[in-house]
This record gives sequence, structure tokens and C-alpha cells, in this order.
Amino acid sequence: MKSSTELEINSVKHKVEADPSTSLLEVIRQELGLTGTKYGCGEGQCGACTVLLGGQPTRSCITTLGEAVGLPITTIEGLEKNGRLHPLQQAFLDKAALQCGYCVSGMIMSAAGLLASNPTPSEAQIVEHMSGNICRCGGYPRMVAAIKEAAEAMEGQK
Amino acid sequence: MISAEQHPIELSRRKLLKVLGSGLLVAAFVPEGLANLIDQRRGPQLPQVVSAWIHVGTDGKVTVLTGKVEVGQNARTSLTQAAAEELHISPESVRVIMGDTDLVPYDMGTFGSMTTPNMVPQIRRAAASAREALVDIASKKWGVDGKTLRVENGHVIGQKGSASFGELASGKAISAPIDAAVALTPATDWKVLGTSLPKIDAREFVTGKHVYSSDVRIPGMLHGKVLRAPSYGAKLKSIDTSKAKAMSGVHVVEEGEFIAVAAPTSHQAQQAIYAIKAEWTPAEQPSSKDIFKLLRGNEQTPAPQMPADVPQIGDTYTCAYIAHVPLEPRAAVAEWKGSKVTIQTGTQRPFGVRPEVATALGIPEADVRVLVPDTGSGYGGKHSGETAIEAARIAKAVGKAVSVVWTRQEEFSFAYFRPAGVDQIYSAVKKDGTLVTWECDNYNSGPPGIETPYDVESPRVQSHPSHSPLRQGSYRCLGATFNNFARETHMDRLAHEIGMDSLEFRLKNLQKMPRLQAVLKAAAERFGWATTKAPAGHGYGLACGTDKGGYIATFVEVAVDTDTKAIRVVRAVNTFECGAILNPDHLRNQIEGGVLMGLGGALFEAIEFENGRILNNRLSRYRVPRFSDVPKLETILLDRKDLPSAGAGEAPIMAIAPAIGNAVFAATNVRLKSMPLRLPT
Ligand code: FES
Ligand code: FES
Repeated sequence: MKSSTELEINSVKHKVEADPSTSLLEVIRQELGLTGTKYGCGEGQCGACTVLLGGQPTRSCITTLGEAVGLPITTIEGLEKNGRLHPLQQAFLDKAALQCGYCVSGMIMSAAGLLASNPTPSEAQIVEHMSGNICRCGGYPRMVAAIKEAAEAMEGQK
Repeated sequence: MISAEQHPIELSRRKLLKVLGSGLLVAAFVPEGLANLIDQRRGPQLPQVVSAWIHVGTDGKVTVLTGKVEVGQNARTSLTQAAAEELHISPESVRVIMGDTDLVPYDMGTFGSMTTPNMVPQIRRAAASAREALVDIASKKWGVDGKTLRVENGHVIGQKGSASFGELASGKAISAPIDAAVALTPATDWKVLGTSLPKIDAREFVTGKHVYSSDVRIPGMLHGKVLRAPSYGAKLKSIDTSKAKAMSGVHVVEEGEFIAVAAPTSHQAQQAIYAIKAEWTPAEQPSSKDIFKLLRGNEQTPAPQMPADVPQIGDTYTCAYIAHVPLEPRAAVAEWKGSKVTIQTGTQRPFGVRPEVATALGIPEADVRVLVPDTGSGYGGKHSGETAIEAARIAKAVGKAVSVVWTRQEEFSFAYFRPAGVDQIYSAVKKDGTLVTWECDNYNSGPPGIETPYDVESPRVQSHPSHSPLRQGSYRCLGATFNNFARETHMDRLAHEIGMDSLEFRLKNLQKMPRLQAVLKAAAERFGWATTKAPAGHGYGLACGTDKGGYIATFVEVAVDTDTKAIRVVRAVNTFECGAILNPDHLRNQIEGGVLMGLGGALFEAIEFENGRILNNRLSRYRVPRFSDVPKLETILLDRKDLPSAGAGEAPIMAIAPAIGNAVFAATNVRLKSMPLRLPT
């Protein structure tokens, strides 16, 4: 049954009328029109739907609207600030770490979660953290390089 | 995506053909003089007039029109480079309209690595002819010989002055014919081609702004879902849709066995599908455990007559069905306006989907417009128009725009697979490495790559079609990956049989294939084939292959876990050559991607089925390569500026599986003959 909830996404509060058992992914994409977050499997296996929920990288396809209430959400659309790309977005461009690009939102959000908790990850830590994200185009080596570059850039900014 | 902001245009000079999705998605502006050409361009004859392919706007911006689509292979980028190169303009002045059946010339589809060898030269010829036509206009205008004029930076320049392309074309279509013999810039003089121009619109992708078919939103649009039979061939016995119909906002479509729903959200649509009660009569269906016997049928090729004095070796190789798993599943949005339907869908064949939709809906092809937003990959898996048809049918029935996005389970179950196959090889080889006999019979997976590149007198190869129990179709590199796996594994075995180094054995038998020799030698050197030894528990292996004008050599080091027998690729060196390189970084990206995708088919991927159901139709049960599977990857490009450019989307995938298998043999003495490669535990 539909009910009214408030969600805070990318620092903006939204009223949502939806069944609390709806997946957060469907709410973000269809109710709020933020289609940068992607569907790839619906079972937490590919990472395409990753958002930050209360700062934690979270698979929005297996998170319900009800579970998300009360926690701030960041999606790919929330990373760019005043026309300036987030260092991860810039690094993905610099390393050409994309082909079809469909996995990229989820990759960047997963990596953002990693860098928030571990600003200087080793290559092994990057690989371990990112192994829940699938890039079917095989962009993995470039993505590892991009995440390293972004980590360095973010350290430099401190 | 084409947005009005990116290419500000004067509406007085151009006509707004169609704006879809309230500006959210595709606003395709048709330059004046172009619209009236549209009808001439239907049908398979390539139009030979410049304006069908290239339009020069009054602002000097150049629009390229092509039926190719962008699925991550970066054709949009290479075609931009092609036009910029021959027009002597910067790539920023070029935009490419791709895969819109109302605007672009007919195209068979984006497959078979054809963009590079066919479409790039076509666009180059069209651009060069446009350049000549602009020079011609200037020479007439100034009353001077065209030979005294030069073209630079979007201008034609002569002694009497300079005029921009925009002024010269003055918004008109360039009706000059494409000159097949027009002078093209030789590869050694390229300024834009041959450079690593970054992916066009890359920023749209890293910011999540790019609108894929599955992201398209149109005001009032509903989400559609189709009721699926629980197993292949099952017939609908009874149906009760009353509960679904009673749900608020839900529409139910019942057209014979086509039962579908539409609702404001996909969640509601899914609830409505769950609410439908249906009974099915299952049909008898084979299972994956019997597949190779089934594919081979009763056909047994008798062993050939072979010379008695040389070792004779026969063997059978197999390959499982695998799925493409494009990360964006099939998706389409259909919107009807009167009798015409416009469909935005991720397909590799917009001009194939158009007649599919027309036939399914019983309408003329001219009433169907298919547009392809840059798509979340295809790998040969998106040749067909299932979601386009479903969206069009539901949209017609409910009178609203409808989006159909397949779930991952639907994508696994109702798309098509790379064919399973069997290869039976007979061979004979002399002690000095001379191949005496080579015979290969393929069952089901098809003839691509079955011809051997190795020197042998009168080889016999044959492909035998079978009745496949699963729907099968195209895939990156098609059957060539498996035929190459069988051949390269067998070659390795022959080398061991006669005690010859497997690189030396290949080089000796590739006298007519200098390009394959070259990639092998370059990879061997980088890998250290002759100079290093694999550590204990590890093994080295190599393989090579050629397909569609590309040449690949792959050398790997694998580690085999003594307890679990798991195979891990530690290092992979790949050398690739495909003529003159159009974009080195994008070429590298394709090679890395092809090799890593090939790792999946080599090590893990296999569709399992039973009683008409796919048992592993989800990513938790079907393993694809992940970050942790990536070996130390080294990619070497050989640039042959003296040779025509060939595509690279396919051939790089073909050598990784046999290289791994051969390395596993080196490590364990066990010869693996099936894809995926699995050691008995
Ligand atoms: S869509 Fe959520 S993990 Fe795949
Ligand atoms: S770039 Fe295509 S799935 Fe990652």
C-alpha cells in the first residue's frame, strides 16, 4: 500500500508516495527521475545500483524504501559540485575507464564509499572492495588505476 | 544523445522533426535539405550522395549520419575522427547521429567488426567529397581554379580570401556524389585519426546524465511487463487476470498468449504480474547434460585415411552455451502518434528491428521509427527487437507510451545464447613439425574461424548444423572463439607429441601468415617465453588467432590451486594488430575488454538447463569475470600504417581460452578440451 515518506537525496528533501516495500532503486529512478543509478541484476550481485546510504555504499535494488527512510542518500547526480566533477569522475575520464558506461555510476559510488572509509587504499584493497561491481566491458584495470588516481588527488586536496 | 544546448541551431533554418520526452531525451533536428532525402534512403542501397551522410550547418558544424550504433566500442568517436580528418576540422565541430531509422542511411547493423573497415572509409569518402564540393563552390564563387585553393580549419582559403564551410554550404544539402576515387589522407599524414581522441560525451556517462533506453522517461509513460511461460514451449491452459485488473493504475493486455500489464511504476507492474493466475502445459525439453550428444546427433565422421608412418591424433572438443550478459538488459520505450510508432531501444540493428516491429504489429515499415540511444553494450547479444515489439504492443493497447525493461532473469532466459558446439579434429604431423593432415568437423556452433591458418596440404573443414534446443545467435567473435580454442589446443598437443616448442611449431607452420607470426613474436618477447620458466604449480601457455582482419597472440601464466584445482590467470600478454590504428587508446580498451570477457567463457561461464528452464538465470548463479579475476595485463599494439584498418571488437577474445588451457596442461599435465576449462577435483 502506498504511503507518504520523506527522502533526503543529494541534500534535497523529496516527498515520495510509494509502497514502502518498493526498492529504493525504483523509487530513485522512477519516482524521482534520477536515472543515473542503474539496474543490472536486482539481486545485489552487480553493483550498478550502488548509492551512498548514510555514507555507506549500498545496493539500492535490494534496499527497500522503508529501510532507507531517515538516512541521507547520495547518488551519482550528487557528486558534481558547481560544475566541478568529483575526483573519481575526473579520474574515470582521465583513465578512459569506461566503454559502454553502464556500470560507471555504480563503480564510482562504490569507490566513493571506499575512499570515504579508507582514503589511501592499496591495490589489493581496491580490488577486494570493488569485486562486487561488475563491468561486463572489462574496464577493471583502468578502473583500479582511476580509483588510485582519485585517491591521490583527494589526498592532495586535504 | 543529441541535445539542443550542445548544438544551438537556428530554428528558422532547420526544421524540428521530433522532440521526444519533453526535451529529456532526444531532440533530433533535421537540417534543411535533409528531410526530403529521408525517403530515398530506405532500403539496402547505400546512397552515393554526400548529403545522405554529411551535412554542413551554417555555423560550420558538421553532422554525420550513420546507421551504426554506439554500444561502448567507441564507434561514435572513430567516426567523428574520420569526418574531422578528411574535412580538416577539429573533432569538436563534428556530431554524429547514429541509429535513427528516420534520419540515417540504411545499415545492416553494428556487428562483425564492420564499422572500422566499412563505415569509417565510407564516412571518410563522404567527408572528402564534401570537402571537394566546398572547394568547388568557392572556386566558382571566386572564379578561380580549385587547385589554387586550400582547406584549413573549416575554411577554404585562396588568394582572393577565405570563406568558412558554413558560408559556402549556406545551409543547403551537398548534393554532390561521393567520389569513390577521392583522395583520402594517407595514414602517415593523419592528424585526427590515429590519435587517442577521448570518448565523445564521456562526461555524460561519468555524471550519470546519459540517457540509455532503459532511462527514457516520457510524461504519462507506463512500465510494461509480460507474463512469461515457466518453461520453454509451455502452452497456456487457463488464465485469470481479474485480480491484476482490479489493481489501481494497472492495465492488463490480453492478446492470445501475449499477456502483459502496464502500470505507473515497474514495482506495480511486477505486483500485477504476480497477481495473475495462469496454468501451463509444459512441453518436453532436453537438458544441458545431454547437449553434446544431442548436437552431434548420429553424425559420426569416420577417421580419415592417414599416412601410416606419422603420429595420428584425433580429439573432440566442446563448448557450452554462454550468455552475453550486457549490463544494461534489453529495453525499449514505444510511443504512438496516430498510426506511427517511435521506439527508443538498445539494439545493434535498428534497421532489423524496424521490420520486426512492423511485422509483429501488422503495420507498414514506414510507420515505425527506431532510434538507438548509446547503449549499455551488446557484444552481439542485441540483434533482435523483443522489447521493442513488446513495448509497441502494450503501448498500442493502453494508448500511452510504455517502457519495457527486461529483468536480468528475463535477459538470461529469453534472449539468445552463444551456441554450444562440438569440434572433432583429426590430424597427423611429422617429427619435424610438418602438418600432413588436418580435418575439423564442427557441430552446431558454426563455421567462423574453422579454416586453419597453418600450412597443411588440402585441409578438410566442415560445419554441420544441428537442431539447437536453446535459442542461439550472434556473440562477439561468434563461433570463431570455439573453433580457435579447439585448433589451438590441438596444435599445442601436437607440439608436445613431437617434442617441439609450441611457439616454434606454430611459427614453422605459419609461412603464409606473416602478420600472425609478427604478433606471436612480439608477445613471446615481452612475455619472456624463451628466457623464463614458470614457478612450481604455475604454467605458461600461448595461443594465437585471426578473425575479420585482426591478429592476436596471447601468452599467459596460470596458477593452479593444488587443493581446489581452481585455475587463476596470473599474467596475460596480448599483442594485437589490425592494420593502421585509428585510436590507440580505444583500441587498447577493446583488447583489454575482449580478453577479460574471454576469461569468462574460458573459465566460468556455462548455461545450465533442464526441462525447458535455465537453471542459472541470475548473476548469483552465473559467474562473470570480476575485479579479482583480472591478471596482470599487458597489451602490445602493432601499428601497420601501410595496411587498411580492421575492427578490433572481436578477434582479441579468441586466444585467451586456449592459451589458458595450454598453460594448465604445462602446469598439471592434464589436457582440458572443453570450454569452460575445469580441472577435475
Ligand atoms: S542492480 Fe543492484 S546489485 Fe545489480
Ligand atoms: S563500461 Fe560497459 S559495463 Fe562497464
